[in-house]
Amino acid sequence: MKTARSQLLWGLLFGIVFGFLLQRGGVTKYDVIIGQLLLTDFTVLKIMLSAVVTGMIGIHFMQGRGWIKLKPKAGSWGMNAVGGILFGFGFALLGYCPGTIAGAMGDGNLDALIGGLPGILIGSALLAAAYPRLKGGILQAGDFGDLTLPRALKVGEWSVIWPLSVIIIVALYLIERAGL
Amino acid sequence: MDWLTQVRWSPYAVGIGVGVLSWLTWLISRSPIGCSTSFARTAGMLERLVRGPQVEGKLYYREVKPVVDWQWMLVLGMIVGAALSALISGDFRWQWIPSTWASSFGTAALPRLLVGLVGGIFLGFGSRWADGCTSGHGISGTMQLAVSSWISAICFFIGGIAMAWLLFGVIGGQA
Repeated sequence: MKTARSQLLWGLLFGIVFGFLLQRGGVTKYDVIIGQLLLTDFTVLKIMLSAVVTGMIGIHFMQGRGWIKLKPKAGSWGMNAVGGILFGFGFALLGYCPGTIAGAMGDGNLDALIGGLPGILIGSALLAAAYPRLKGGILQAGDFGDLTLPRALKVGEWSVIWPLSVIIIVALYLIERAGL
Repeated sequence: MDWLTQVRWSPYAVGIGVGVLSWLTWLISRSPIGCSTSFARTAGMLERLVRGPQVEGKLYYREVKPVVDWQWMLVLGMIVGAALSALISGDFRWQWIPSTWASSFGTAALPRLLVGLVGGIFLGFGSRWADGCTSGHGISGTMQLAVSSWISAICFFIGGIAMAWLLFGVIGGQA
């Protein structure tokens, strides 16, 4: 699997834009991320949810026209719930996630570079070492494959997209009104 | 052009920007934005450097090859993009200890680095266990309406809120 050179350049370019946006949003800062997890500053959720609404409408529109083919990840309760909680512990202890730590290194945070980065690499290597034992076991527990919400609910995708967009926008409105 | 030097942009402007960026990554690169796989690939590259090519035979690295790919370049670009943004707005500064940490645990570097290291280990382990992170599941996966990603994203915050409360509320005595 060799990636074409032009795609590597596109990756770099998209990454520069993504990192720029995250830095301007403030989420390359430990204080902002911990503020979210302490529920005192909702910047992280505001960015994530407005990205999800914008992205969701656009990518499903493009898929409907046959321009792209989405690839929802397969998963299971053992994989996503257990892994998600473990990830969450790390999210709070480090105060960055794998994406924002890249940005945090870029805007000068040495705790990201000296503490967090080696940690993520060690953690990834540990999982790689444990993988043969986990793969046939807990990672399969409660397997649901590449299920999507519309298929789980047995409705068309736009029957999920529009109500979900409304719910997210109302939630964001309420967060603003609460002054968070 | 004031916006270019503004230190902070509205989180909604940033979020919509990320959403539009995701259209382009799908359209041009056929790929969703994600980050954590690149750290696993890097870990594999470092392991290969130390232990030799037999590392590529490991089950995990047969599935997640230790190579530079599109997403790896994306993560590299993010470091550059964040640095550019911070330098242009004057927000760039070298910093060891974030202020929220300092107000509970003081300004010594070692405790912060050790907790950060442990946190990083959980992040690396957990993101590869869950097959995604705040970007791959939290943004790109939820917008594809993947059940795996919605469960993951919700659990990221459950685990995160619980540990932040334990760290700052119970141990740090702030709650």
